[in-house]
Amino acid sequence: MFGLVRDIWHYRDFVRGSIRREIATQYRGSLLGATWVLIGPTAMILIYTLVFSQVMRSRLAGVDSTFGYSIFLCAGLLPWTYFTESLGRLQAVFVANSNLMKKATFPRICLPVIALGTATFNFAVIGTLFLIFLLVSGSFPGPVLLAALPALAVQVALAMGLGMLAATLNVFFRDVGQAVTLALQFWFWLTPIVYPLGSLPGWAQSVLAWNPMAVLVAHYQSVLVYRRMPDLASWTGLGWVAALALFALWLGLATYRRRVGELVDEL
Amino acid sequence: MAGQLTVADIGKAYRFYPSRWARLSEWLAPGRPRHELQWVLRHVSFSVAAGESVGIIGRNGAGKSTLLKLITGTTQPSEGEVRVDGRVAALLELGIGFHPEFSGRENAFMTGQLMGVPEPDIAAAMPQIEGFAEIGRYIDEPLRTYSSGMQVRLAFSVATAFRPDILIVDEALAVGDLYFQHKCYARIRQFRAEGMTLLFVSHDPGAIKSLCERAILLDAGGIRVDDRPDHVLNYYNALVAERENAALLAPAPPALGAGMRSGNRRAVLLEVTLLADERPARVVRVGERVRLSIRFRKEKEVTDLTVGFLIRDRLGNDVYGTNTWHLGQKALREIPVGAIACVDCDIPALNLGPGSYGVTVALHSDLTHLEDSYDWWDNALVFEVVRGSETFFTGIAQLPGIEAKVSVRP
Repeated sequence: MFGLVRDIWHYRDFVRGSIRREIATQYRGSLLGATWVLIGPTAMILIYTLVFSQVMRSRLAGVDSTFGYSIFLCAGLLPWTYFTESLGRLQAVFVANSNLMKKATFPRICLPVIALGTATFNFAVIGTLFLIFLLVSGSFPGPVLLAALPALAVQVALAMGLGMLAATLNVFFRDVGQAVTLALQFWFWLTPIVYPLGSLPGWAQSVLAWNPMAVLVAHYQSVLVYRRMPDLASWTGLGWVAALALFALWLGLATYRRRVGELVDEL
Repeated sequence: MAGQLTVADIGKAYRFYPSRWARLSEWLAPGRPRHELQWVLRHVSFSVAAGESVGIIGRNGAGKSTLLKLITGTTQPSEGEVRVDGRVAALLELGIGFHPEFSGRENAFMTGQLMGVPEPDIAAAMPQIEGFAEIGRYIDEPLRTYSSGMQVRLAFSVATAFRPDILIVDEALAVGDLYFQHKCYARIRQFRAEGMTLLFVSHDPGAIKSLCERAILLDAGGIRVDDRPDHVLNYYNALVAERENAALLAPAPPALGAGMRSGNRRAVLLEVTLLADERPARVVRVGERVRLSIRFRKEKEVTDLTVGFLIRDRLGNDVYGTNTWHLGQKALREIPVGAIACVDCDIPALNLGPGSYGVTVALHSDLTHLEDSYDWWDNALVFEVVRGSETFFTGIAQLPGIEAKVSVRP
């Protein structure tokens, strides 16, 4: 485990440089350039806000600001997009870099770190913009915001674990990549991002309580929408999700370590 | 000691599974293997001292590329161990893990970072990298827009921008033009003078001879010879000839060349061989003494019999041709019907330039084949000429003994 960290540290220039290159590639050759990093999520938020709060006339219980629904949506959607992008980049990372792996020698763990780093940068940009929006619109949560950080850490661990597992398996069984994409589609709708949990019948709420992302999203919503510290039940929930994330991380890394030597032979 | 390389009993086998499900079931139940192993390399051991230049030669499929991948570490050995001391830069095929969407400059930075060079040093070396590669403004264009020549120029330029302890070159230079190859060899020689270890893999025995003081012949996944280049070259010739001869033992009339035959078959060609040092050879050096041996049988009575040969280059241009009539050999008239005879042409110095040549052989009457052609065999034999130790030259003709004298007018 520490060997991996040491390897990444030795190659930090390569990791840093590669993240920079990946980000530059995202908008290379486009007229609007870096603005595309913002346009995607912003457009998605606008569409959902329009559809749900105006067209479908949803209102949130307990929130009466005009931006209530938009903030509710962003509180779940932005971290969810971070999760999806992390997982999406991770599962393809070895297959997409097959040429590099076959020709150059370097610790392969650098590639997943680069993938995660790129997704993190994109999230940091949109996240910062969102926080600025909250400030400007008078809905900034204040110090309670810090309570979101543990949840974010758990999310990253979960994404990394599942992502490493998917990345390794995907080299040998390309179905894995397809399956992950499909699973994420379903997973989105099984998480109360677009709709409030309260709008579902009781039995559905208990079932969804087993969705780790639902626990995390509820945590974010508590901090950002209701601007209060999450309750004990929420923290307990975070506890078991954290355990799950650590297990996923262990499984992902163990699978990677076991199969890393064979990866090049399959690519 | 930086630049030292030891390969200890390494082997590499690839696994073949009957289906994807077989692989999955093997993962889940490791006790029951469901794969077949194919060994592409086995029991290979050798050491290279710091500063040594070793050539690795072998036919396609002998395992050269696999050996290099094991040495650079891009793949793991199934058996044995590779010990490398110092930084290794490798040019395997085209491009060093280049990313087609990134520009040449970005790829250069990436490669430098992979080699562990700090960024300021890479930035400082960029002008020199651009200068050597000579690709102009394409340095900032995506790599997918490059021709193969440009890619290899950039790859070599970046790989050698910071002198490695061990440089491995695998056939990569073959793509560049002569001017570029010159620059590369010059840089390699300069690094060698500074003590760099070189591992050079090639099909071209001549390049190995000029760059390396030692050569290793790989065949069918194992080391066959490890010796001075000219000894290895002879062995390589013999190996190739042995394979060809093995093919000759088939009952049907042997077809050494793929060329067409025609003629009325009143005399028939049996075998055409090129001999160097009394052994059949397919690869000979510039200026080497060789013998062209043409065996034939007189089937029916003929008034005249002349044996002729014509050497053509790879593009089909006539290089040299003559026949026994011009050579003044009249004994052919005496051959009885049904007898097998052999005409041996001793060529004291085969002064041809490096390249591939074909020998067309014909049996006909009198001066030329236009009168009565008994057996005309196009490209009965194909051979290759490689550089020896003579002064460098290009072209199909070697002009030996050239000297240049300088005089200055006041």
